[in-house]
Amino acid sequence: MSEISSTSPGRKSVIPFRIRMEKRIKEPPPWFSSLISFIAIIFSLFLGGIVIAFVGGDPFRSYAHIARASFGNIGVISDTIVKATPIILTALACSVAFRMRLWNIGAEGQFIMGAFGATAVVLIPLLPAETSPWIFIPTMMVAGMITGGLWGFIPGYLKAKLQVNEIITTLMLNYIAIAWINFFIFAVWSEGGFPITMKFPTTAWMPRLLDYADQLPVLRGLTSHLGLLIGIGAAVVVWYIIYRSRWGYEIRLIGDNQRAAEYAGINIARNTILVMILSGALAGLGGVSEVGGVVHRLQTSPVAAGYGFTGIIVAWLAKLNPFAIVLVSILFGALILAGREIQPSGITRMIQGIILVSLIASDFLMRYQIRLYRTAEEA
Amino acid sequence: MDLIIILQAGVASGTALLFATIGEIFAERSGVLNLGVEGMMLVGAMSAFSVAIATGNPWLGVLVAMIAAGLFSQIHAFISITLQADQVVSGLALTFLGVGISLVLGEGLSKAGAVSLLPNFSIPILSMIPIIGPIFFTNHSVLVYVGYLLIPFAWYYIYRTRPGMHLRAVGEYPAAADALGVNVYRLRYFYVFVGGVLAGLAGATISLAIAPGWFSELTTAGQGWIAIGLVIFAQWDPIRAAFGSYAFGALRRLVLDIQGPVTLLGFANPFYFNPYWGFFLQMLPYAFTIIVLIIGSREAMRKRIGAPAALGTPYVRGERGL
Repeated sequence: MSEISSTSPGRKSVIPFRIRMEKRIKEPPPWFSSLISFIAIIFSLFLGGIVIAFVGGDPFRSYAHIARASFGNIGVISDTIVKATPIILTALACSVAFRMRLWNIGAEGQFIMGAFGATAVVLIPLLPAETSPWIFIPTMMVAGMITGGLWGFIPGYLKAKLQVNEIITTLMLNYIAIAWINFFIFAVWSEGGFPITMKFPTTAWMPRLLDYADQLPVLRGLTSHLGLLIGIGAAVVVWYIIYRSRWGYEIRLIGDNQRAAEYAGINIARNTILVMILSGALAGLGGVSEVGGVVHRLQTSPVAAGYGFTGIIVAWLAKLNPFAIVLVSILFGALILAGREIQPSGITRMIQGIILVSLIASDFLMRYQIRLYRTAEEA
Repeated sequence: MDLIIILQAGVASGTALLFATIGEIFAERSGVLNLGVEGMMLVGAMSAFSVAIATGNPWLGVLVAMIAAGLFSQIHAFISITLQADQVVSGLALTFLGVGISLVLGEGLSKAGAVSLLPNFSIPILSMIPIIGPIFFTNHSVLVYVGYLLIPFAWYYIYRTRPGMHLRAVGEYPAAADALGVNVYRLRYFYVFVGGVLAGLAGATISLAIAPGWFSELTTAGQGWIAIGLVIFAQWDPIRAAFGSYAFGALRRLVLDIQGPVTLLGFANPFYFNPYWGFFLQMLPYAFTIIVLIIGSREAMRKRIGAPAALGTPYVRGERGL
């Protein structure tokens, strides 16, 4: 018997229908999954609208504002992409770990440590300010991937060797990362006693579209930067690793059925550590792109702005598909960009939460179909 | 720096952790992992504070917090029990949602003025005992004493009563419990609700007793996650949970208080002269959570004690499961 009924047997119901949830026998068609996600998002926006109305706002104006402020003209589209860039990388980071059913919710901390690593290259300084950007930026990227990867290695190692729950360790490391960069921002690299570091020399800035405005005047004022290309490149690399490489096959096998993978002779401990390092390095790269491309200094609030947490939702919404992640990130970039201006300020966080809850709930429809039965028909 | 005062404040601050941890123990004992504790605590803290401001009655605030967080937890119960979704993701989603909702509904609360707090009092006679008296029974909020009562109650309920046995059965071997006529779904819904109610109480403890006020996400500052870590350390036992909670409460206080005095144990206090070292002190509770988890999992591996066997797996009647 592979069905569950919502009412207990034997109880007479007033309603002449019974809802039954039956397990799907065959896989639903491929478009079905996208359709359900789409409906879930519409449903979330509807729920979010009710809450906005409840706290005294106008949901239509709020949503229209979000749309205008994020896709209204080429300038804001560029700003949306700037916001999407760090999310692409953190979501990719989450997706590789989630694929193996490793719950890395420490992308936020790994992102922060990546930003720290890049900053260290500039401010220690490991490279003099006159270094060519061709050397400077790759060095920052490598440094950020190392520090981010280290932040992923710690929970990976603890999980692999001591079976310590990675959810809690990655989360605790987020808080530790914030305190860590705060120490450097306040005590070591503080500029004139303010909680910010010195601005990076322009050689350490990621090239932006507006840098080419001399040749192409259309680009004037557009702040999209190299990070977007890094993000897209990372998506291609992640896609290749997961779907085309032997390592990716092992990751997917462990994620689908750990026991089968174990019997097939796959080293789970080794993969746990490696995947956590990869995940941390990707998130760290996001941190590099944010300090190198947008903030141009280390400062707590714009760096520790929750991109790591948004990455979790985006990865889930994109069903862990690297290319879908790029598209979904742009939508969430829009939500975050426009959400800064609507009141109350928690609205975007709340909508993100509602979207995630609806998505997870809607996943049920992939596995089950709901059918209505007439009670009389059954008797 | 008076050690007694720090420990006394530590017990107060550990009370919030205690409620959240014991609540999560109930939920996990029934087989449902609920990672939404942080979100439920925030919902509780926000609703307690806003109701107390609006009505001037902190008791009503506590009550509403418990109901609100309890109802809120049912979202997770529905998704993970009825819809059989992954409990990890569903719990995470609950935390996201809880943070979002409490930020929206708590907008402007941080500027709300003073609120009447729950009463503080000392227990006669018991407070006269040297050392223990001043730490545990002097000038505490009423909720701290509620916490003392909850520890033995939870222990007795889980290990010595029939409903407690059903609770454990549902978490260890739901198919067998079902065969014996225990309604697995109903019990799991109920204990997720209990977990939510206690998390709401934990939130109210923070916003109306320990650190009164509403400071958006900083109100809880990750204590919900520390509670989940403590459940593992406590090996799902309320008494061990109490030790863990109070120890963490004391640690949190120590971090705050150690920077005050000029001398420490007769030496110049390094934290006073280098205030920036405070950032490393701030890391301590989180680093300790990791250490405590390492200790907990080593011990569990050695003694072969583990989580409730069905923890994290949805129960589907008639399907081949545990």
